[in-house]
Amino acid sequence: MTRRYQAVFTLVVALLATSCSRKTDSAPLPKPTAFGAAIVESSGGKQIAQAGSLLPQPVVVQVNDEQGTAVAGALVEFSAAHGVAFDPPNGLTDSSGQITTNVSLGGMVGRYEIVASTADKSHKKVELKLEEIALGYQQTLGRHLNDLYCERCHNPESTVERVSNFDNLEVKPHPFTEGDTLNKISDADLTAIISHGGPALNKSALMPAWGNTLSKSDIQALISYIRAVSDPPSRSAGPVYAKN
Amino acid sequence: MKEKLTSLWQKLFGDSVRAFGVVSLIFLASLAIAPAKNFFSEWRHYQHGYLRMVRNRSDANTLQRHFQGGIQQIWLPELGVVDRCTSCHVGLKEPSLEDVSTQPFRTHPVIPHKLDQFGCTVCHRGQGAATTLSEAHNSTLAWEQPILPAKYIESSCGECHRGPLPGTPQLNQGRSLLSREGCVHCHTVKLPDGTTMKADDDPPSLSHIADKTTREWVFAWLKDPQAYASTSTMPNFKLSDDDARDMSAFLIANSTPQAGDTAALSAKATSDPAAGASLYGESFCASCHAVQNAAGNMVGGDVGPELTRVGSKVKPEWLQAWLRNPRAYDAGTAMPHYRLNDGQVATLSGFLLAKADSDFLANVHLAVATPEQITHGKRLVSDYGCASCHEIAGIKKPENFAPELSRIGSKPVTQLVFLPGMQHTLPDYIATKIKQPRAFGSGLKMPQYTFTPAQIDSLTTALLSLNDRSNTLPPSLAVAATHESDYQPAGKAGKLMTDLACFSCHRINGHGGDMAPDLTWEGSSVQRQWLVEFFKNPGTLRPSLIRRMPRFNLTDGEVNELTDYIMTVYQNPAIDRESMPLSGYSQGEVELGRQLYYGKYSCQGCHILDKADKGYIGPTLTHVGSRLTAAWIYQWMKNPQFLRPGTIEPNRAMSDEDARALTAFLISQKGGGKSSATKAARNDAPTQEVAKK
Repeated sequence: MTRRYQAVFTLVVALLATSCSRKTDSAPLPKPTAFGAAIVESSGGKQIAQAGSLLPQPVVVQVNDEQGTAVAGALVEFSAAHGVAFDPPNGLTDSSGQITTNVSLGGMVGRYEIVASTADKSHKKVELKLEEIALGYQQTLGRHLNDLYCERCHNPESTVERVSNFDNLEVKPHPFTEGDTLNKISDADLTAIISHGGPALNKSALMPAWGNTLSKSDIQALISYIRAVSDPPSRSAGPVYAKN
Repeated sequence: MKEKLTSLWQKLFGDSVRAFGVVSLIFLASLAIAPAKNFFSEWRHYQHGYLRMVRNRSDANTLQRHFQGGIQQIWLPELGVVDRCTSCHVGLKEPSLEDVSTQPFRTHPVIPHKLDQFGCTVCHRGQGAATTLSEAHNSTLAWEQPILPAKYIESSCGECHRGPLPGTPQLNQGRSLLSREGCVHCHTVKLPDGTTMKADDDPPSLSHIADKTTREWVFAWLKDPQAYASTSTMPNFKLSDDDARDMSAFLIANSTPQAGDTAALSAKATSDPAAGASLYGESFCASCHAVQNAAGNMVGGDVGPELTRVGSKVKPEWLQAWLRNPRAYDAGTAMPHYRLNDGQVATLSGFLLAKADSDFLANVHLAVATPEQITHGKRLVSDYGCASCHEIAGIKKPENFAPELSRIGSKPVTQLVFLPGMQHTLPDYIATKIKQPRAFGSGLKMPQYTFTPAQIDSLTTALLSLNDRSNTLPPSLAVAATHESDYQPAGKAGKLMTDLACFSCHRINGHGGDMAPDLTWEGSSVQRQWLVEFFKNPGTLRPSLIRRMPRFNLTDGEVNELTDYIMTVYQNPAIDRESMPLSGYSQGEVELGRQLYYGKYSCQGCHILDKADKGYIGPTLTHVGSRLTAAWIYQWMKNPQFLRPGTIEPNRAMSDEDARALTAFLISQKGGGKSSATKAARNDAPTQEVAKK
């Protein structure tokens, strides 16, 4: 009698256990054939994308050994806050010691910390942290206005399609990533410079007044974009979403 | 065992008093379930969590004062919104919670709309009336629509905003892809404003294809269009060798020669790579056509087809006829009719024919087609709906060839077929269907496109915006799109402008491309003599520009025709050309203008006027006095956006005096060495009275 109860009890417990346990559908990790000592960024950090969307460029990291030479066949795993997706989420480094992943940011506005990790010979975890920037509606609008009106002077980098005017200017404008300077300027002062031109704050007249061309909300959007991309981050760039 | 149960029964219900007490207790306990459930509810848990979080902040007092307990609800009957999301998302309206990263307590990012006016589910979808997380966010038996993933959120903007918005690049791109990549050739998309989405591409007619190319090329192209040109927008139909053989057989057999097409071919292609390359460059072919360079980069525009392997495609006699006058073969082409002479046609065709890839057709060997193959090919051509995009003699454009997509964004999930392993949501279905359409079953006709993941997300966003809400919106909420006008210039000049394909690059009265300046008010803007010179020898006005106006080798008669038309018709009513003279300003005014130019307004930041200036953004102003009219310059100084909406020159709200002084200064810039042009321009001024109506 008791044996039968026991059997029923274990069956029920077993059923409960299987139904409650979370399904793990991730494929098994590939087996590393080598181990490195350090992991470094090749490209893909500090990118800007709209919240929830794919980063324009993939993230590429490289695993090196103690001498700094690339290690092929090392296992790299990517992780980040909830909502960030990696394609692929892990893999072995190729013959040049690199691994490439496409990253979709989470749905929240702010900065995302992305962690690439690999294990060294003694199975200790070695990590690399990258930061990516997710824009909301207001910052996206700001970016559009920046591309249209500001970037030709404020971005020193030229492309074939868009030659930069930065080098032509006697007084160099601040690139919007220059957080050290721009973070010290208050929103009110930035608004004044944008609407009334450089001379409003005793700065260069080469910065024209945009107050009659851009609306108040346009200028706010521009400032929110400037805050979002500044490096080091501005306090109002929003929270950093990291893996918890 | 049985004894124990009996004694328990006796203890509880032994006599009536005892039974009454026990039953009352049970009754009381069951009555308490409802309030207890309410007390331990999810939203209450979140509200407690919020208050705990807020307590330690410096702005605790304000936040606590704003806090309202209990179930919160936004009710908007005209939108059908009953949203209780704010019961858990307590901090949505608190801008100071910007630094909070834990949900559901974050503040809402800044958007141009108020929460109380639109609610939450209008943009985010999900079940607004639900009060638990899983019911509100997920698909349930009673409510199908889950929360919309953040990457498609712009689709909700598109429900009301029917035109492009500056803050929604993804939606804008998706909509333009729908018309540019040919989706709407097969799928009907009726827009909520009653119009039908029009295709923006122009697939070539196949009725005379045998004039243009060989059956071998058609075969190879049908098999894999991207192997010929990686930028090709033609999708891959994954045809078998036999099917491609039969379709190419039919298309070639069905082709009729185009009258006058290959007439008068005396020139032979000459092989002079250097001269060819320089003519290709001078004619600015690269403004529209791309060529893959040795490094693998695509160089050039995307208005016309890629030319990397054009020598493997076109027949030499067709190419020469095309270069001589493209409109003879395709009346609607975007390619201008360059007036090239025989020598130029020979040089350019020789240069282009050398762009061949000997490997491309090396393995294509087709036997002469049998009548059965041709018949089979015809059936395939109509089965695959080729005539939806291409004009093909003898085959009618099919109606409703593919499912209509006018309300695809509200398609019930129960009507969808999913692939194993994919998420059962509408956005995932749409994205996967675009990515790999043939995976959903055998015998499906939708071809394989070569979209990037970002393009697939954009297309999905645009399709999700076509839903029930966008079609049943209160008219007061809809923000209309401005549709492309069908403006066509009239008369002889109009024919000439069509022949030169001006509208492929320029925009006039809301019609045309955006590669070159809008010419709607060109007649008010420029001086007649300058325009004549420009047509004969177009220079560039802006430094660092890679796309430029080509020279069309126009005759004097044609130049005069065009110039007269532009000077007469494209006049801005607010500009009186006679109101300001082209010369005769006082030295004082000119000097004041110079000071304003280099000082207060610092125009040298963007414009080049003097050798020492280096501004790369605006047009060069060294000759502006012989190019623009004074009245235009004056108006432009006062408000550039009034004359050309969207121009990036900031409106400086100049006083009349400043604007006049700057006009005086600029109109005196006639470009040192060009005194004859200046003189001509001056003499020209009185004749412009004709231009005024």
